[in-house]
Amino acid sequence: MYETNYHKAASATDAASILDRAEDGQILAGGQTLLPTMKQRLADPTDLVDISAVADLKGITIAKSDGKLGGGETITIGAMTTHAQVAQNSKLAAVCPSICALAGNIGDPAVRHRGTIGGSLANNDPAADYPAAMLALGATIHTNSRDISASNYFTGMFSTDLDEHEIIISISFQAPASGGYCKFPNPASRYAMAGVFVAKMVDRSVCVAVTGAGEDGVFRHPGLEAALFADWSAQSLDDVSISPVGLLSDMHGDAVYRANLVKVMAKRALG
Amino acid sequence: MSEGIGARVLRKEDKRFITGKGRYTDDIIEQNQSYAAFVRSPHAHALIKSIDISAALALRGVETVLTGPELVADGIGNIICGWGVTQKDGSGMNMGAWSALATEKVRYVGDAIAIVVADTKSLARLAAEAVVVEYEELPVVVGSVEALTAGAPQIHENAPGNIVFDWEIGELALTDAAIAGAAHITEMDITNNRLSPNPMEPRSAIATFNEAEDHYTLYTTSQNPHVARLVLSAFYQVAPEHKLRVIAPDVGGGFGSKIYIYPEEIACLWASMKSGRSVKWTSDRTEAFLTDAHGRDHVSSAKIGFDEDGMIVGLKVNTKANLGAYMSLFSSAVPTYLYATLLSGQYNIANIYCDVQAVYTNTVPVDAYRGAGRPEACFLVERIMETAAREMGRDPAELRAKNFVKTFPHQTPVIMTYDSGDFATNQKQAQVAADIMGFPARKAEAARRGKLRGIGYSNYIEACGIAPSAAVGSLGAGVGLWESAEVRVNPVGSIEILTGSHSHGQGHETTFAQIVAERFDLAIENIKIVHGDTDKVQFGMGTYGSRSGAVGMSAIVKAMDKVEAKVKKIAAHVLEAGEDDIVIEGGAVKVAGTDKQMLWHEVGLAAYTAHNIPEGMEPGLKESAFYDPTNFTFPAGCYICEVEVDPETGVTQVVQFVASDDFGTIINPMIVEGQVHGGIAQGIGQAMLENVVYDKSGQQLSASYMDYTMPRADDLPNYSVYHASTTCPGNPLGIKGCGEAGAIGSPPAVINAITDAIGNNNLAMPATPSAVWSALQDVQSKLAAE
Repeated sequence: MYETNYHKAASATDAASILDRAEDGQILAGGQTLLPTMKQRLADPTDLVDISAVADLKGITIAKSDGKLGGGETITIGAMTTHAQVAQNSKLAAVCPSICALAGNIGDPAVRHRGTIGGSLANNDPAADYPAAMLALGATIHTNSRDISASNYFTGMFSTDLDEHEIIISISFQAPASGGYCKFPNPASRYAMAGVFVAKMVDRSVCVAVTGAGEDGVFRHPGLEAALFADWSAQSLDDVSISPVGLLSDMHGDAVYRANLVKVMAKRALG
Repeated sequence: MSEGIGARVLRKEDKRFITGKGRYTDDIIEQNQSYAAFVRSPHAHALIKSIDISAALALRGVETVLTGPELVADGIGNIICGWGVTQKDGSGMNMGAWSALATEKVRYVGDAIAIVVADTKSLARLAAEAVVVEYEELPVVVGSVEALTAGAPQIHENAPGNIVFDWEIGELALTDAAIAGAAHITEMDITNNRLSPNPMEPRSAIATFNEAEDHYTLYTTSQNPHVARLVLSAFYQVAPEHKLRVIAPDVGGGFGSKIYIYPEEIACLWASMKSGRSVKWTSDRTEAFLTDAHGRDHVSSAKIGFDEDGMIVGLKVNTKANLGAYMSLFSSAVPTYLYATLLSGQYNIANIYCDVQAVYTNTVPVDAYRGAGRPEACFLVERIMETAAREMGRDPAELRAKNFVKTFPHQTPVIMTYDSGDFATNQKQAQVAADIMGFPARKAEAARRGKLRGIGYSNYIEACGIAPSAAVGSLGAGVGLWESAEVRVNPVGSIEILTGSHSHGQGHETTFAQIVAERFDLAIENIKIVHGDTDKVQFGMGTYGSRSGAVGMSAIVKAMDKVEAKVKKIAAHVLEAGEDDIVIEGGAVKVAGTDKQMLWHEVGLAAYTAHNIPEGMEPGLKESAFYDPTNFTFPAGCYICEVEVDPETGVTQVVQFVASDDFGTIINPMIVEGQVHGGIAQGIGQAMLENVVYDKSGQQLSASYMDYTMPRADDLPNYSVYHASTTCPGNPLGIKGCGEAGAIGSPPAVINAITDAIGNNNLAMPATPSAVWSALQDVQSKLAAE
C-alpha cells in the first residue's frame, strides 16, 4: 500500500470539506473493495476520508404504507449501514425479506460486517448484488446534494451518476408486494456471475434487474418483465429468450452460459 | 505400545501451529534487517533495451539496486536443471540459459530483472517501481501446441522450434503392430490443466552475509535445505558449501513448489554480500502466482487396443509438455521418468510406447507439483480405460479387473518393476464401501429431484520412495536420492533424531517419533525430531515424492539398528548376560526370563560415563546411517466418485467419494487419512475448480483468488477412506508412501463420474459449471439433430 493521509470525518459535511481540500481524496466506507485495491497498489489516493463514525449515515427506518394490502412501506437505509445490519433487521425482514436475504449472502461474514450499502452503490461493481435490488425496486439514492433515481444512477461498469466528491447519505425505496433475488456465484470470487432481482410493486408493475452478467453493469430485462407482468410465476419464463448480446464472456463462462443463468436465476428468484 | 506404529497419535507439532506460535521464515527478523523487492517484467517476451536505476537509488533509505549484468560479472551461475534427459536421437537437452536476474531478454511475466534493497519493505517496493526499464516487445506464445508450430516465436536461441527435448520410451514398432491387430481401439485427446501450487505460506528468504566470519546464513522456505545449499554453492557459486548455512524452519506447505532454488534466494544471498546487510524477501500472493513453479500442463493424444476378450494389447501416447520459459530444477524428469514410466497403470500391458516433446513457452516455469507426472499418467490411463469400457459396452470395473497385474514382481514395458499390490482387493473394498449395487436406485432418486447422477472409477498406481540412486543416476539424475539420519540417545535417555527429511505439513515430528517409540518402547514425549538445518543435520535429500516414510524413516531404522546393538552390548556387559538374551521393553533393558534389568536411561548414562562399558567400546550412544532404496515403492488403490449435476446450471456436487488405498505399513492412520483427504481435495480442485489461464499476450488472467478457484470446504464431500494394504518388500518398515496418492488418483474418478452423469465423454478439466453445462448442451443438440 502506498502512503496515504487518513481522516476520520465527524459528519457528511465534514467529509465533503476534507475531500475538497485533498489533492486526490477518496471516501472510505466499509473499505471492502478500496482497501484490497490499495493493498495491491492499484489505487493510490492521497487522502482517505473515513465516514464510519458518522452516526447520521447509519440505520434503517420504515414508514408505514397508506393502508393497501402488502408492500408499499417506504424503507430508508443509511449509506453506512452494513450488509449484516440489513440482513439481520427483523422489522425490515417483515416488510421486504428479499433485501435482507440479498444482504445476507454478500461476501463472507467479515465482508458483511464491514461492507456498506452506500459503499457498494458508490463502487457499482458490475457483479455486486445491491445494484440489482436498487434498480428493480426503483430506489432513490439520496446524496449530500440531491436525489438520484436508480434508473439514472447506474451508468456502466464501476461508473455512476455521482459527481466527484458527492457523498451518498441514504437510499430509499418502497417495499414491493412481492420480490426475490437469486444469484449464481462465480466459483472463485463468489461474486454474482448472474444475479436477478424480481420485484412486483403494489401498483402491479413488475421490474427485473440483472447484475453480474452485463457488459455495462446492472440492467433491466424487458422480456422477463413482460412475462412476469402477465403471469407472476416461474413457468411464465419458460418461453422467454435471453439474448447473449451485451453479456460478459470470461474464463468462468461465456455470454451464452450467462444468458442461460439469467433465466435460471430469474426463475429461482421467484422462489 | 500405544504410541508406536499404527497408533493414532495426535500431532506433536500442532500445539505451536494451532496456537499461532509456529516460526516461519517471515517471522524471523535479523539485526539491521533490510528488505528486498524485485523489479519484474510486465511483458511475457521482450528485449531489455535499458535499465535506469538512478531514481530508485536516489530515494532515501535505499541501500542498493542490483541488476543482471552485475550478477553475471560477479560469476553467479545460471540456474540449473538437475536431471539430464537424453533425446530420441541420443543428443542432450536444448537448455536455454536462466540467469537469476535477466540480462538481455525477459521470457515470462514476472521474470526478475533487478533486486532492490531498502530499509523497509514498503520503500523497497516503491524503489522497485522507480526503476525504469525500456523494453522492445517480442511476439508471445503460451501454449505448447502453438509453440511447436512453424513460425512460432523463438524463446531460446539454442532450442530451435522451442523444443527442449524430444524423448521416447518403449517399443514403437511392437506397439504399433499390437494396436493394429486389436479388436477394439479407443483414441482420445487428453489435456491435463496447468495448476498453481498455492501453499498457504508464500516463499520467503532471509540472507545474511557475515563479513567478519566470511559466512552466509540463509533462512528459506525449502523442502530440502541441504540440496539448496549444495546447488547454491556448487552451481551458482553464491557461497562455498562450508561457509553457507541453510535453515528451513517451519514451512507452511510446499506441494513441490519449494523443492527448487529460485532466483530470489540467489539474489538475496548475493545482495547481502554486496550490501553488507541482512536481506529479507517475502513473496506476496500475486508474486506467488507469477513466479512459483506451476504444475501439469500436458496435451496428449492416446490410443489403446484391446483383443476380443477385452485384454489390453497395446498403449501408444504422445505428450506435449509445457515447461514454461525456463527449465526448473526437476522439470525434465516430471514429464518423462515420473510420467511415462507409470503408463502401464495397474494393468498387464505388453506393449507401451510414449514420446514426449517438452516445450518452451512464455509462461511460468513448470515443475513437480503434488504427484509430479504420476497424476498426468493416471489421468490419461484411467480416462482411456473408462472410455474404452463405455465404447465396448463393458463394465468399467470389470474391464479394469480383467487386466490387473496379479503376480509380483511385475516388469512393465516402461522401466518399472512393481513389487507388490492387491488391486482386486482394493477395488472390491471400494465397491462395497461405495454400495455399487445401490447406485441405480440413487440415480433414479436423483432424477426425481431433477439431478443427473453419475459414478466414476479410478484405479491408480504411482511410484514413490524416490529413489534408488544408481537407477536414477543411469536415467540422468544429477543427485543420489538416498536419505540420512542420526539417532542420538542422550545421557538421560531422551532421544534426538536428526533427519534429512523435511516436514512442511507432513507431521514428521510425530510419525518419526512413533517408529522410535515402537523400537525402544518409550513415550514419544522423550523423542525429539530435528530437521531443516544444514548445521545440525549432516545431509539430506529432503521431502518430496512421498519419500520421507519409505526412505527417510528407513534411514532412521538403520541408525536405530546400530543403537540397539550397542545398547544390548552395554546391558549384556553390565548385567553379565549374553547379548542375545537382552530385550528392550517397558522403558528398560532386560535379561530375558530373569529380573535383571537396567532402566533405559541407565544405559544412556552408562554409555556416556563410560565407567563400565565393554573393553574397546567407544563411549557415547549416537549412530548415523544412510539408506539408499533398492526400488521405487508402488502405492495403489481404487477411488470411486459419485456426483450430481444440476442440468440447469451445470453445477456439480461430489456427493460420495470412496478411497481404498494400499500404502503398505501405516505408522499413524490419522495423519495418513489427513494426507488422503488433502490429496483428494487437491485432485477435486484440479478436476473441477483450479486452472491457470493465460491470455494471448502472456498475462496470467487467473493470478488472484478472484479468478483462481481454490477448493473451499463447501466444494468438497465427506470422504470415506479405507485401507487394504500389502507390505512393501523393499524397505525395512514395509512403507509405500501416501503423500500424493489422493491428488493422483482422484481427478479421473471425478471426470469419469461427471461424464457418466451427463452422457458426454468430451469434457476437459476443470469441469466448471459452465463447462459441464456446455457439454450438456452438446448432448442435447446432438439428440435434437437425431
